[in-house]
Amino acid sequence: MSLKEKALILDKSGIDRALTRVAHEILEKNRGAKNLVLVGIQRGGVHLSKRLAAKIKEIEGIEPPVGSLDITMYRDDLTTRKSQPVPQATDITFDIQDKVMVLVDDVIFTGRTIRAALNSIMDYGRPKRIQLAVLVDRGHRELPIRADYVGKNLPTSAKEKVEVTLAEDGVEEKIIILAE
Amino acid sequence: MALSSKDLLGIQGMTSDEIKLILDTASTFKDVSERDIKKVPTLRGKTVINLFYEASTRTRTSFELAGKRLSADVINISTSTSSVVKGETLLDTAQNIEAMKCDMIIVRHSCSGAPEYLSKRLKSSVINAGDGFHEHPTQALLDMFTIREKLGKLEGLTIAIVGDIAHSRVARSNIHGLTTMGAKVRVCGPPTMVPPGIDNLGASVYYDMDRAVEGADVVMMLRLQLERQTAGLFPCVREYAKLYGLNHDRIARASKHALVMHPGPMNRGVEISSDVADSTPVILDQVTNGVAVRMAVMFLLSGGTKAEA
Repeated sequence: MSLKEKALILDKSGIDRALTRVAHEILEKNRGAKNLVLVGIQRGGVHLSKRLAAKIKEIEGIEPPVGSLDITMYRDDLTTRKSQPVPQATDITFDIQDKVMVLVDDVIFTGRTIRAALNSIMDYGRPKRIQLAVLVDRGHRELPIRADYVGKNLPTSAKEKVEVTLAEDGVEEKIIILAE
Repeated sequence: MALSSKDLLGIQGMTSDEIKLILDTASTFKDVSERDIKKVPTLRGKTVINLFYEASTRTRTSFELAGKRLSADVINISTSTSSVVKGETLLDTAQNIEAMKCDMIIVRHSCSGAPEYLSKRLKSSVINAGDGFHEHPTQALLDMFTIREKLGKLEGLTIAIVGDIAHSRVARSNIHGLTTMGAKVRVCGPPTMVPPGIDNLGASVYYDMDRAVEGADVVMMLRLQLERQTAGLFPCVREYAKLYGLNHDRIARASKHALVMHPGPMNRGVEISSDVADSTPVILDQVTNGVAVRMAVMFLLSGGTKAEA
């Protein structure tokens, strides 16, 4: 089964505008950037969390600390996947106790990654509040989880694949839908 | 990328990609042991059996901690207090354990090939924790992990392995692994302890320790297995220590950044002088890294649907 590009959803400037809005929404909801920390989920969310932090600094003058989180060890599908990804680094060097944490990921789909991320975070400390920011919400949730900030709501079929590629990885920046 | 087998029986036959996968995976598992909460739920609900037919502190504890930090249930069976003393065979013992539903069996045995024998007859994953004079794969992996961590690479390095090569499974696994990863391996020991044909594995043979450590990036000392020395392979321990013991004069011949490694347990004053043993922190780093490497191996063997073998 090979997948072909079906539609371009957002290009580079579209992604940038969506992130700018999400940054504003984060600041609006939390009344500023005080006590705020951002944590990107490996691998897609890490670049996005750094970009959001830069935007927040531009708007508010405060740059929130940014960390990265790998959830491989917390997955629930270890024995059913064909192969596991090599776990990436979890790098949260700041105290998360009583902070408002915004988890950042590129795409939310079944919600299982976020479930794993929440469990993982609890092993590092007890944030006052955890919020979720995603670039794309493509539906098909299998758990009662929803994002607080969404760059783009994108109704998809479960057979399709949403691919986010970012300039930081040295490729053309875009969000596309792939289908058979 | 996944490992091609359900078992880890030896380094021989592994590809450099597979070794690299284990080492890369281990570096993230190392972080788990350094956290406040040293536990991840990765292997929750899995049962791991430590089946040790030989004495061990380091390896058994390391496997036990690795399993527990991955949330597996770990049971230790030491054969001196088991039905083995009543004459039960290895296979019967293992099959009985498997009948109680376990997922992974870690075997140490004095017979070379015992883990492989079990792996062909059990559904569980089998990890070799040292078999006879054959292999001790997780030791070689943790040694390679430690070298890569300290020196940044394996390729192109010169590693001198000194001691009783003939009786050493650590040496064999390391020769296979290090040469696969592109390092140059020298083995050195008295002629009675260097088996003929070891150069076929890709190692060069030295009988003079001063020459073997000359310019080496790593000096890996092996334990003189005094319990196996009944055949009169060397005249006396003092002579052995003089000719093949590591002291500061010999370290000075190695490269400036050279690592001194030892798989433990050490015979102080025999293969390594006490002051050298105390002045090299790497030997304890090896032990720390052993837990991470074994976590990575358990994780990789548990995951995924294996390609049909």
